[in-house]
Amino acid sequence: MTISTGKRLIGQPLRRREDRKLLAGRGRYVDDIKLPGMLHMAILRSPHAHATISSIDLSHAKAAPGVRLVLSGEALGDRIGPIVPNWIIPGSKVPVRPVIAIGRVRFVGECVALVVAETLAQAYDAVGLIEVDYEVLPAVTDEAAAVQAGAPQLHENVPGNVTTLYKVKGGDYAKANDEADQVISLRVINNRLIPTCMETRAVIAAPEPDGTLTVYIGSQVPHMHRRWIAETVGIPEHQLRVVAPDIGGGFGAKMHLYPEDLLCPYLAREMNVPVKWWETRSESHQSTSHGRAHTEDIEVAFKNDGRILGLKVSTLGNVGAYLSNMATGGPTVNTVNFGTGTYKIDNYEAFSRVVVTNTVPVDAYRGYGRPEGAYIAERAIDAVARHLNLDQVDVRRKNLLHPSDFPYRPYGSTGVMYDSGDYQALLDKALAAFDYKGRREECERLRGSGVYRGIGVAAYTHMCGMAPSRRLAPGGFNRGGWESARVSIDSSGRATVYSGSMSQGQGHATSLSQIAADILQIPIEDIEIVQGDTRQVQAGHGTFNSRSMAVGGSSVHVSAHQVIAKAKKIAAGMLEVDENDVSYSAGAFTVPGTDIAPLTFAKVARMAYVGHKLPDGVAPGLDETVFYDPTGMGAPSGVHLAYVEVDPQIGTVDILDYVAVDDVGTLINPLLAAGQIHGGVVQGIAQALYEEVNYDPENGQLLTGSLLDYAVPRAEHVPNIRSLFQETPSPTNPIGVKGIGESGSIAAPPCMVHAVLDALSPFGIKHLDMPLTPPRIWAAVRNARAGAA
Amino acid sequence: MIPAAFDYVRASSLSQAIELLRDNPDGAKLLAGGHTLLPALKLRLASPELLIDIRGISEIKGIEIGETHVKIGALTTHAELFASEPLNQIFPVFRTAASVLADPQVRNRGTIGGSLANADPAADWPAVVLALRAEIEIAGAAGRRTLRAEDFFLDIFTTALKPDEVLAAIRIPRPKLGARYTYRKIRHPASGFAVVGVAVGVRMQDGIVNDVSIGITGAANHAFVGKAASELLTGKALSRDNIDEAARMLSENTECLSDRYAPAEYRADLIRVELGRALVALSHWDEER
Amino acid sequence: MPVQAVPHEVTIEVNGSRRTVTVEARRLLVHLIREDLGLTGTHVGCDTSQCGACTVEIDGQAVKSCTVLAVMADGSSITTIEGVTAGGGDLDRVQAAFQDHHALQCGFCTPGMVMSVRNLLKENAHPSEREIRHGLAGNICRCTGYHNIVRAVESLASKGNVA
Repeated sequence: MTISTGKRLIGQPLRRREDRKLLAGRGRYVDDIKLPGMLHMAILRSPHAHATISSIDLSHAKAAPGVRLVLSGEALGDRIGPIVPNWIIPGSKVPVRPVIAIGRVRFVGECVALVVAETLAQAYDAVGLIEVDYEVLPAVTDEAAAVQAGAPQLHENVPGNVTTLYKVKGGDYAKANDEADQVISLRVINNRLIPTCMETRAVIAAPEPDGTLTVYIGSQVPHMHRRWIAETVGIPEHQLRVVAPDIGGGFGAKMHLYPEDLLCPYLAREMNVPVKWWETRSESHQSTSHGRAHTEDIEVAFKNDGRILGLKVSTLGNVGAYLSNMATGGPTVNTVNFGTGTYKIDNYEAFSRVVVTNTVPVDAYRGYGRPEGAYIAERAIDAVARHLNLDQVDVRRKNLLHPSDFPYRPYGSTGVMYDSGDYQALLDKALAAFDYKGRREECERLRGSGVYRGIGVAAYTHMCGMAPSRRLAPGGFNRGGWESARVSIDSSGRATVYSGSMSQGQGHATSLSQIAADILQIPIEDIEIVQGDTRQVQAGHGTFNSRSMAVGGSSVHVSAHQVIAKAKKIAAGMLEVDENDVSYSAGAFTVPGTDIAPLTFAKVARMAYVGHKLPDGVAPGLDETVFYDPTGMGAPSGVHLAYVEVDPQIGTVDILDYVAVDDVGTLINPLLAAGQIHGGVVQGIAQALYEEVNYDPENGQLLTGSLLDYAVPRAEHVPNIRSLFQETPSPTNPIGVKGIGESGSIAAPPCMVHAVLDALSPFGIKHLDMPLTPPRIWAAVRNARAGAA
Repeated sequence: MIPAAFDYVRASSLSQAIELLRDNPDGAKLLAGGHTLLPALKLRLASPELLIDIRGISEIKGIEIGETHVKIGALTTHAELFASEPLNQIFPVFRTAASVLADPQVRNRGTIGGSLANADPAADWPAVVLALRAEIEIAGAAGRRTLRAEDFFLDIFTTALKPDEVLAAIRIPRPKLGARYTYRKIRHPASGFAVVGVAVGVRMQDGIVNDVSIGITGAANHAFVGKAASELLTGKALSRDNIDEAARMLSENTECLSDRYAPAEYRADLIRVELGRALVALSHWDEER
Repeated sequence: MPVQAVPHEVTIEVNGSRRTVTVEARRLLVHLIREDLGLTGTHVGCDTSQCGACTVEIDGQAVKSCTVLAVMADGSSITTIEGVTAGGGDLDRVQAAFQDHHALQCGFCTPGMVMSVRNLLKENAHPSEREIRHGLAGNICRCTGYHNIVRAVESLASKGNVA
């Protein structure tokens, strides 16, 4: 075994350890798994947004070739389910969600019946033979329409279609309003999105000979899935093994409990064979959770010098037909708590309503609530700058927090605290990298020749790694905030790290190894990372809320330190010195100030397992498990700038430059960190310019039912992203890391909208709603010209 | 994702394909590149009983450069149209259009005959063949017939092809000296089809428009010829004013499609702007070459 | 009622080996590759020929194998991602450039993307950034924002080697 050179791996742009197999086509995703005797499930989905089911005739489907089982909601009854949300804001009204619809359907795509057949083709054929009579009911898809008097009602126990009311208040907004020189209002729409992981969802449930059940599922939260499936299907949790193999992207969509996650385990147990379900892309558009879908009314009170005195927000969060896993938390805690953004706005009042509609359930999608919150703050401050005809940067600078403000509780909040940051420095770094002054002059100069360029600015902050556990109860979040890590050293001194985090492409096999290698001081090749198997990793919470490095990484950090602490005891015994005299460096235990020969980590590991010369009170083995519960949450921040050119004649937007400066605390791997920014920014650009789920407001039909009409950007739709970092270590965890995955998708939407508005400012256009498609921009220009004429 | 079951036959000759079509009047579909048909079958939007694979029919393959005409076999792929040097020496517009059609993988499989016969209102080739004043060669039980491209496209996904006919080739008269063509397209960001596509051919003589042809796709139920705009320009200078007038006229006279992405007024204005830009580009052709 | 389809025998050469499989006419090539031959590196990411995760080479050309019937491929020669890494050995230059530039995250689109990059470099050994982005129009990646994919391809373009 080679001795580590002692070079710190944290901060190094190491190439990923997981890449070889993925590049060679040897990844293993759920759809790649084929088990003997495996049957295939297919789902009949509702073609109506809202209807009662008058009758279902399963007889033709049952008689079709290869069919083993056909089941309607009525036949399944309450043998499994209902599906219960996992984050319920106190006071929420929770509608009952059966696994398969019984008697009534409430969105296009809801499960109506299922077929299990020998081949997938046979299952699809038989689904086409199920005959259902529906009586169509009036439907409502828009959140603002759903809260109107007389709107179609979805659930008896949810009068007015509102499940949850949530209020936040700090300072005295009414007073701010009085003292303000001016007050402006705006209504912004946060467009509904489809997360679009390139791997659609898939589930295989397989009964094992010993009576246990293994479920293969592309889950961001395997241990949560184990608990939810156990409780909802009625399987003892210890007899259920959840395996999450390679996952083709998650972005939040793969951390919820879906009907198929329950049906496969139920059917596999009933039929005593493996049962597989795989989601087609078009099916995914109507069955996997959507994201965003908010309408926000904003009122901002300010002085004529651009100082903001107060902000008042009213939010309608559309959560679809039923409460998905975390649905009540997104439009409330995650959105309006963050409505003041990076700015010092002491007087704040926000009111949030969670609204059910006849649409696909809406839940977490990259940023979940924080993009909506940042959009409120950023659109408000941008509107103030435009209204006062002041420079957008100057107005921001005037209101941004200063380093001396940290730790900072916005508007005196008890629930929100920004641990650290230096927003002014972020802004300076971004402006310099972007050449703001030069570009600003260029915009002005080109406008004279009919070229419309604009600069967008957006700042953001949010909080990652919901914790500590005890603080999550009052908000109704039925999980902990900790993460587990077990660092297990074998008798040769090599390490296996069992982590409750769950990579879906983030590269944990590399980043967690970097954390462990620095502490264990062994080569990274001597470390294996194990995730995604509840039989190997006993407990965990998984990956969401940009928590994996802050919480999962810290857990590995603490666990590895415990290993070294124990190894030191063993080394002291072997060297016959006092434990306190032993130090560990460069992979060896030494006794400074003596001529005692260094003892390698490998030798100590061997001793731990042979146990021949262990000191009194030290048990054999070198294997430490930690459940790390953070004391607080890290708050990443950043300033992004975009430079665009708009063709007002046809409405197209050309992105000429994009600069992202992010403070995500300590960087573990700058190469992977930049990759997270690139991907997040492009998802944010996608929201700003391309993506939007459309429903027909008359009948609730999903109009963006496939990738032929839902525009996920391709390489030619997006620019290079210049990603820069500033490192202000977080004091909330031992590594100093804050979280990075959601940054780009939070910052980019307002940044892009501001850039386009800036380009269109000569036309007097002050507001546009996302996505800024060419037809929408064209219409705004046309209307502005007509108004001016 | 999996089509309903069907039977599959490889036709080795045009006459065999026509016979199979005639014998299965309701349930047969021709299969060439398959890039429109197979996605529809996978989504079970259609479920024919028989697919007739015509890719092996050599009579409708290849590009022939004749003395008076260029003939393009229906099975010619978009990639072949992009790559063909002899064709693009005469009509560089094929490379222009092929490069913005779908994506590289689709271009490797999809065929011009399939695209024309499918008559998607937003497909690219219909606009191009209209601007080239091409003729469509059709083979049927009763023998061959030829239609002008502008008589071929009838309605949304509807052409003059009869159920037992096969689109065999596209015949394009070789251009007169000085004729030049271009194609401009505003792409739908998801589908890659044209929100509006404008193909234009112009021949100038002594600074005066001697001939102009315009094919528009994406805007209406089917691709169409901008006849009145052509007439307006013929015999005039290609000045900014004349261009604007012609573009405005075509825009105003077109009843455009409206959908959730793009309202009719937007498509109409795209015709105006893009036709204008195409004509301006063609008026500067010589300087840029 | 569904057509009682006759099974068809399909013989193809995949990654250098000749394989004969009996399939229904409706069997898609991607399913033949993944399920009948067990080559699961080729993925299915959509159902409308948009995403390119299923890209393979048929007779040297990049093709979306979800939009080809297995019967249509009879007699052809196919290369899948498994055939790019010869004998399970070293990564080829496109794959190596992807690793070096962190041009993949979840890895699901990656095999199709690699096949498309091979096609792109075969057509144009020295593509510009714009040509790279346009040349990858047939593949969707949701993780990388394409930035590092473009860097990886640029590194190959500037080396001037032909794929």
